[in-house]
Amino acid sequence: MYYQLFMSNFFEKSDLSRNEAENIISDTLKKCDDGELYLENSKSESILLDDNKIKNSSYNSDLGFGFRAVSGEIIAYSHSNEISKNSLRQSSNNLKSTLKSAKGNYNHSIPKSNKKYYENINPIEQKSLKNKVEILNEVNKYLRSKDRSVKQVTANFSGEQKSIEIIRSGGETLTDIRPLVRFNVSVMLEKNGRKETGVFGVGGRQSYDAYLKEDNWKNVCDEALRIASVNLESKPAPAGEMKVVLGPGWPAILIHEAVGHGLEGDFNRKKTSAFHNLMGEKVASEGVTIIDDGTLDNRRGSLTIDDEGTPTEKTVLIENGILKNFMQDRLNARLMKTKSTGSGRRENFRHIVLPRMRNTMMLSGKQTQEEMIKSVDKGIFAVSFGGGQVDITSGKFVFNCTEAYEIINGKIGSPIKGATLIGDGPSILKEVSMVGNDMMLDPGIGTCGKAGQGVPVGVAQPSILINKMTVGGTKL
Amino acid sequence: MVKDQEYLENKASYCLDLAKKLGATEASINVGSSISETVNFRNKKLDESNRSDNLGVDITTYIGKKKSSISSSNLLQDNLNILIEKCIETTKNTPEDEFNALPDKDLLAQEIKELNIYDDTHIENDDKIKYLSILENSASGDKRIINTESSFTEDKSNFILANSDGFCKGFKTSSFVASSVAVAKDDKSMERDYEYTLKCHLDDIKSAEELGKVAAENTIRKLSPKKIGSEKIPIIFDKRIAKGILSTFASAISSSAISRGTSFLKDMIGKKIFSDTINIFDKPDIIKGLGSQSFDSEGVKTETLKLVEQGILKHYLIDTYNGKKLNLKSNGRSGGTSNLYFDNGKIALKDLLNSNSKSLYITETIGHGSNIITGDYSVGATGFLVENGEFKYPINEITIAGNFRDMFQNITLANDLEFQYSTNSPTVMIEGMVVAGK
Repeated sequence: MYYQLFMSNFFEKSDLSRNEAENIISDTLKKCDDGELYLENSKSESILLDDNKIKNSSYNSDLGFGFRAVSGEIIAYSHSNEISKNSLRQSSNNLKSTLKSAKGNYNHSIPKSNKKYYENINPIEQKSLKNKVEILNEVNKYLRSKDRSVKQVTANFSGEQKSIEIIRSGGETLTDIRPLVRFNVSVMLEKNGRKETGVFGVGGRQSYDAYLKEDNWKNVCDEALRIASVNLESKPAPAGEMKVVLGPGWPAILIHEAVGHGLEGDFNRKKTSAFHNLMGEKVASEGVTIIDDGTLDNRRGSLTIDDEGTPTEKTVLIENGILKNFMQDRLNARLMKTKSTGSGRRENFRHIVLPRMRNTMMLSGKQTQEEMIKSVDKGIFAVSFGGGQVDITSGKFVFNCTEAYEIINGKIGSPIKGATLIGDGPSILKEVSMVGNDMMLDPGIGTCGKAGQGVPVGVAQPSILINKMTVGGTKL
Repeated sequence: MVKDQEYLENKASYCLDLAKKLGATEASINVGSSISETVNFRNKKLDESNRSDNLGVDITTYIGKKKSSISSSNLLQDNLNILIEKCIETTKNTPEDEFNALPDKDLLAQEIKELNIYDDTHIENDDKIKYLSILENSASGDKRIINTESSFTEDKSNFILANSDGFCKGFKTSSFVASSVAVAKDDKSMERDYEYTLKCHLDDIKSAEELGKVAAENTIRKLSPKKIGSEKIPIIFDKRIAKGILSTFASAISSSAISRGTSFLKDMIGKKIFSDTINIFDKPDIIKGLGSQSFDSEGVKTETLKLVEQGILKHYLIDTYNGKKLNLKSNGRSGGTSNLYFDNGKIALKDLLNSNSKSLYITETIGHGSNIITGDYSVGATGFLVENGEFKYPINEITIAGNFRDMFQNITLANDLEFQYSTNSPTVMIEGMVVAGK
């Protein structure tokens, strides 16, 4: 078959044949509503320069299966590293014992698509170790020669190729090969006894060279250095409620935390999300449209098929302020009587599928960033963020600024120290009073954590003005 | 069943021999096996069962001062052969680092202490289900509770650490964890909170009834929170989050942060970084301790360290590599602390709550707002306003901020230390921090 030319053949070195596996799968799932055998073979590397030296060069190869049976609301899951007759039978028994009284009808339908959003490449093999080490050493030299206050440089390459195969009851098979790379630089400056850092990186589902061709790595270094230099001059951040202008791109973690998680199907089926009873209601200012898109070419959050085999799509979550859709995997879609949006994801074969974000984006509006800043008497302008977190139930979310400035009388003032911003998810988007015309994608470095599972995601947004948010500084 | 010692030792010595045969001058292998079984309940019904069978190997090879490592979950001989060959190849192409080395032989652990951290009891899923039924009944008594999710996990692990200096030891550990997360709703708000119990031994976990009751109480008391104004106010950290202060302290004294110069506690040995009354211990040999161990992740024996004595910093947490860089001997803290705790305070919780006319009692923080380079701290928080020792009302959508340098100097501890986690703290009060709200 076609896929075997490229795919890992999971049964090649096993005492278990594909045919036998298919029989065990069909037998185990016969009275279930859904389920599958998920096989995964991933190879990953990490090469780290730190403190003037190559600190680490490591390689990981991971192989295993996860066997899932679903009946009603109940999920039975079992996984193992050993792809063998014995191991799969043991898993099957385990699933059957949980779902003793299953009386479902297996749903065989799964949409098909021929579209692919990245190439079948192994980025690890496309660049020699020697070449990666050379670049990291050059990064170190470049940064230390550029500014004498550079006291520490950390840079790393991480790359991965993940092959997956999904075998459903009846033997239907879906496959995908997913490349992923990331290049990161962190720099620490010390001046007059003060230390500050700046971090920047790039990445996505292409070869390293797609991001680093010619001297592109210098741009990454320059940006990390610029952020660190700004922070060296920063003064304590203010404390209290004020207007906040967010820059375009990566600050869209606001969207991810404030509304993204709350629109995932599981929390809404369980009615534990602050958004569960707001479908069709106005949840954001007019002009605010938010989508979650798995179909952008080569983006970190993109997937050809999700981890249940459903092709991904562009899902409109909020259209012109109105809540339109939740993000769904198969289980939550079935229980909520809707269709999967291709959002079923898992970190690896050790984990169950959950509805997750892919690339979450707020689309452009009409205003300019300049207009926004001009309109603010007292507030902050936040350009770069570390990360965020949300309490789905209360709707409260935070994110941490890593580059921000005060705004006084319509003008950008001094940089301020890193501070946490806190807001309320269901109401924050109603406080958006201007949407910029400058939508930008993030540089491709985001990882989202949920229920102990990390998956690569993307975000995007234009500049926005938020009327009122609490800034967690120390200056009263 | 988790793989036995003999299976793991055989795999480890196979890898060690092959690595040496292919040209490694030194090597270190860790082979681990674990089985974990979880049952989840939601609204008093079975929701999920999960069985997790894990096997893995980590291999580090050295050629002189060059080093590289690989890890894999595929322990088939063919795969190990390919990986070790690749590891040696990568090692050859990795630049030298003068500090790369196996631990000094005289520091390696000679014995496995009897720490009673493995309980062989297996609890069938049907018994987990019984426990969870009682738990969820107890958690959902109040009509304001609209959702409960609970889980019970049994975990057994075994490992062998072997290196080319002849070290070859490992031990089994077990854990039993039950948790309950409740969601409560009233006309103004919806809130979530939790309670959990984690022990090495099944007999030591909390009763299902108690766990459900506490989870429900913790959640209901958060309903209808208010937002307060921005001000400087004493902050009291509940025990379950006060341990986070110790974790930040531990990251800041790790030899890696110290040798890289990226810690606000660099060059602070012998200096007073906490108030006089503070003592901090890291004690690896607590019987049934959740962080107990006979040696660290490199095989170096671990002994009790009094990290802070009367406010003065006495030790960093040192591994072999960073120790060589700092010209210090490893103190067996590769992989971090073992059982880390603040020595108990002197005053009762009641008196701590009463020590100011107004304070903020924090039960949860969100966000990653600890910067160990600058010591700056700013996180989102939820909790309660305390006036004259009484809990007045729940607080939400605020941040608390300060700098650890100042926060450490202004800590007062209550006398309610308990060993519930691997890192443990009594209730902590810190004065001088800033709350941002309205």
